Order: sequence, then C-alpha cells, then structure tokens
Amino acid sequence: MTDLVPVLSATWGAEQSWSLDTYTEAGGYAPLKKALGMEPGDLIQAVKDSGLRGRGGAGFPTGMKWGFLPPDDGGPRYLVVNADESEPGTCKDIPTMMSAPHALIEGVIITSYAIGCNHAFIYLRGEVVHVYRRLLQAVREAYEAGHLGKDIHGSGFDLDVTVHAGAGAYICGEETALLDSLEGRRGQPRLKPPFPAVAGLYARPTVVNNVESVASVPAIVDKGVEWFTAMGTERSKGMGLFSLSGHVTRPGQYEAPLGITLRELLELAGGIREGHELKFWTPGGSSTPIFTQDHLDTPLDYESVGAAGSMLGTRALQLFDDTTCVVRAVTRWTEFYKHESCGKCTPCREGTYWLTQILKRIEAGRGTEADIQQLLDTCDSIAGRSFCALGDGATSSIISSVKLFREEYEAHVEQGGCPFDHSASALFDYSDTPATEEAHA
Amino acid sequence: MTYDETTLAQLAEDAAAIIARYPVKRSALLPMLHLVQSVDGFVSPDGIQFCAEQLELTAAEVSAVATFYTQYKRRPNGEYQVGVCTNTLCAVMGGDRIWDELSEHVGVGHDETTEDGQITLERLECNAACDYAPVMMVNWEFFDNQTPESAKQVVDDLRAGKDVAPTRGPAKVCSFKQVSRVLAGFEDGRADEDQGAGAPTLAGLAAAKEQGWKEAAK
Repeated sequence: MTDLVPVLSATWGAEQSWSLDTYTEAGGYAPLKKALGMEPGDLIQAVKDSGLRGRGGAGFPTGMKWGFLPPDDGGPRYLVVNADESEPGTCKDIPTMMSAPHALIEGVIITSYAIGCNHAFIYLRGEVVHVYRRLLQAVREAYEAGHLGKDIHGSGFDLDVTVHAGAGAYICGEETALLDSLEGRRGQPRLKPPFPAVAGLYARPTVVNNVESVASVPAIVDKGVEWFTAMGTERSKGMGLFSLSGHVTRPGQYEAPLGITLRELLELAGGIREGHELKFWTPGGSSTPIFTQDHLDTPLDYESVGAAGSMLGTRALQLFDDTTCVVRAVTRWTEFYKHESCGKCTPCREGTYWLTQILKRIEAGRGTEADIQQLLDTCDSIAGRSFCALGDGATSSIISSVKLFREEYEAHVEQGGCPFDHSASALFDYSDTPATEEAHA
Repeated sequence: MTYDETTLAQLAEDAAAIIARYPVKRSALLPMLHLVQSVDGFVSPDGIQFCAEQLELTAAEVSAVATFYTQYKRRPNGEYQVGVCTNTLCAVMGGDRIWDELSEHVGVGHDETTEDGQITLERLECNAACDYAPVMMVNWEFFDNQTPESAKQVVDDLRAGKDVAPTRGPAKVCSFKQVSRVLAGFEDGRADEDQGAGAPTLAGLAAAKEQGWKEAAK
C-alpha cells in the first residue's frame, strides 16, 4: 500500500489555514530566504534535477521550461501562473489556493527570482470569487511582510505580483490563449512557435506554469532534490494531488506519490459507492481517453498511463459506476467542447458542432449504425488539425468510449433510446420523468 | 455616456488603479469590464465607451472582447447569478435533475432572468469543485453537494431577501454588483470569512492520518 504524502495539503486543516501567520508558523517563507541566498542558475538546476514535471496536464519538465528562456537582454521577462483551472474533473488548484494561497505566492517569488522576473501574474479563472479574495489578501500580506516589493529581504531582488481574474472561458487554460487574454484580448491560442519562452506576454520571454507546479517549488528548495526524487517512479518524480470525484464513497483531494494506482486510492477513499461497481473513469480530466476496471492497477504516472492509451493529465479521476450511460457522459463532454471552442480553427469549431449533433441524435435514440462510424470519421478530421489541443481533447472520450463500449452506442440505436435509468446515477432519490432535458436545454 | 459626475469620477479613479497594475494598458480591459458590471449590472453601452476611452481602443474592440467571455452579461443581470453545473460529472450525479426542477420552480431557462430582477439562471460548465458534485454557484460562491430541494431553498431565500451562506466561502452571498467589484481586483474585507474547508478538501489528510502520517513542522 502506497502511503499518502501531504505536502501542499499538509496545512489545509489548520485554523485560518490561508493566513500568512498559519503558513509561516508551519515553516513557510523559510525556503524563500534559502532560495534568495542561492544563485538563480543553481535554483533552475535544482528544479531540473528534481524531475518536477508540469502539473497542469502536459507534464513538461518545469526546470527545462525555465531553462528555455533566452539570455537576459536587459528587458522584462515574465512569470505567468496558470490558475485557470477549468478542465472537467479537475479540482485541485482551487482548494490549494483557497486553503493555502501562500504556498503559491512563495513559489511565485522563488520562481521569479530563478528566472529573473520582476513582475509576475497569477491568472485565476473568474468564477471563483472567494479564491480571488484569498489570493488578493495573500499578496497584500506578502507585501506587508517584505516578501514582495523592492529589495526583498535585502537581496536586491524586486518583485511585483498581480492577481488577475479571467471572465469565463475554458480556452484560457491553454497557455497562449491565456497570454492573449491577459493582454486584454479574446482568449484565442497563438500559433507556435514562437513559444512563450521566446515571445510570450507582450512578446517578451515568459514562463507559464500551473499552480501546483509553482506551489511545489518551495518544498523542493526546502527539503531538497533527493527528498523529491525519492517519491514517484523513474520518470515521474514527486507527489501530486489526485482528485477523486463521482461515484466514490469519500471523494476529495488525495496527495500521493506519482505512480499510485486507482485501486489503492479507492481503498483510501472507501471504494465505489455501496452496491455498485466501477464502470469507467478518466485518469486526467475529460480530455483524456477513458479507462475501465481493467486499469485499476495502472500506475498513475506519465509513462504508465500513456502506455495504457490515455494521459495522466491533471490527475482528475472522475469515477462512474455501472448505472452510468457512457453515451450520455460523452455527449455532455462533447457539448462542453463545442461550447468552449474559441472558433479560431475550422476543424475544431465545425467539428465539435457536428460531433454534438450526431451524439445527441444517438443519445435520443434517433441515430443509425452509420452514425457511429461517422463519429469516428469526424474525430479523424479534428484531431491534430488545430492550433491547440482543445479539439484533440474533444475526440478523446469519443474514440475511447466507442472502442470500449461500442455495444452501448448500438443499444441506443437498436432500442431507439437510452437503456439507462438516469435517476439511478444521481446521488439523491427521485423518480425519472421522461423528456425534461429537451424542454429545458 | 450618461454616467453622472460622481459615478464617472469614481469609475475613472478605479480605472486608474486597475491600469496601474499592468505594464501595458490594454491588460486592464478584463478587470475594467468587471468594474463596469459592478456599476451597471452588465456590460452596458456606456461601460463599453468608458473602457474604450480609458484604454485608447475603439468601442468595437472592447465589444469584441466582452462578447468572448461568458461572465460578461449583455443584458441587465439578476441580483444573483445562479448556475447549476450540468457538465458530465455533476449532471450524472444529479445536476440535470436539479436544473430541471430549479428551472421549473423559478420559471426561467438558461441565461434568463426572473421578472423581479432577482435571479438569472445559467447552465454552468465545470467550476472545479467536482469532489463536491452536484455543484451550484451563486454569484461565484460554492454551493456544494446540492439536491433539488436545497437548490430551490437557496433561491427562495435569496428572493425573500434573506442572507444566504454558501457551503464554502464567505458568511453570505453578496450581490452581483458587489462581487463584480471584487473581480475587478478590489478587496471587500471578506477573505477571512469561512464556512470550513469541506470534507472532500480534507479527505486525503484524514486518510493520511489514519495511515499514521503526522503533521510535522516543515
């Protein structure tokens, strides 16, 4: 049995866990002082050596991302924290910032020092106002304590932090769309290259890192590279937050070494809800191909999940039991991608529209056998054909579910409707009344 | 613009504070649109003109940005923005049923406002609280683990003018305009208000303690 390793979450249960006092009493901001005594280049090397990989989904090595910045040309360079957590199923950064915002702020300061940034931004999704309150307060507290501002703790290093609220757009979680949005534009992805490291915010060298990645930096500085690399698997080092949601007895945030399995996590979380069995799940949010019971023992690290045909993503484990209609689930995800496609690239904009039409037809029992093939063909016309990965993500659950549960799609066609009682999936009791969804959609 | 002198002076002062946060002026646009909503309750034609003048943009450029983001409202919004998550996970856990019953109870559909101007209903996309499904948001505060009954009660209490506390967040839900001002980056003194972290947030910690993990000082 793998032991949980609360690091980021260690103080979440404390009284006023979000305050500067609580954070400092638990040892917070000591790593900052240690970091300010180090050479920036040594800090970058330490994060490289730790093997920390981006916790926002893509898993790109964080230290390497920092190292991609071109040499200092005297002009500004920026750190932008991606706090636009919006991938369906993903719910780890919000509790992190709500319960311990100073872990992020301290990470921002150390990271900025390492990369030579004097103005950092935290781009928070706009739909979480209490998290924004906590971040604004934490930044103000950090200024008052001398952790931010001019000549931080006599180091000669200056840093300002701006916490910026978005306004409702999933696409802004894509790093170049986020940068456009932060520049006051529509949040649409840019063609890469150039990558943000070369031409990011205001066309200046920029590092864009996820909340959890940045918040992990103080612990690495404090406890050392060896402590971090002792956790996890060969190429997936350290700990991460695993977010269990859905038909599970005790849903929530479980901080564990990478490589833990769903079987182990389920044991800690009290199992699938009583009287039911796991049917399908996402390892890393709705953009990752779905898994089944066959993957209960797949180590949840980047390589193993990839080898099994999916992606570790954001470790957003959405669990669905045997009452759940996979066609209903996939249709709803697809509607989400249609809604959130920014419209810039034709394959994604038009493709997600047509996928939704076909899926809704199948779900309502008006589909044909040919529609199932049409779904897969349309997915082929979308994947890999747009600036960003939104369209690719839209195809993941469709392709994987048709592969794993084709007979369920066929059942909708043959029976002329959904064979499942939707009320059986709900977490409260009600009797299902037909056709209300149409009336209100 | 039809703002009176006092309103315009306050707006200009706030806009200056927002613009000062960024190295490039245009970055102030998103918070300024939240600011406009804090005064007008939606992104009004006046508000668009105001942002354009402050940031040296055209009104068309400002509109093009405002229409991209779902939090910016193009018609006067209700005092309370009530969103029921109907993305897959919440929908399956009961969000669809909550939406159906709530929509019927209130008598309006998606992106519609009640006649009394109190409630604007919305079918929400994922709001990053999946471990608390099914989730409802009121003016962007968390209402976790909802049922049709609890959701209807919240809306009834809001319409009756009662103070309503979210399940995670401040002591009470503020108005749409008040919350919009926070989103423009102005603190409202409520950051220390708290309803507890919530069991799912602490579930891993509880399990770790059972495994023998001890809270150690760093």
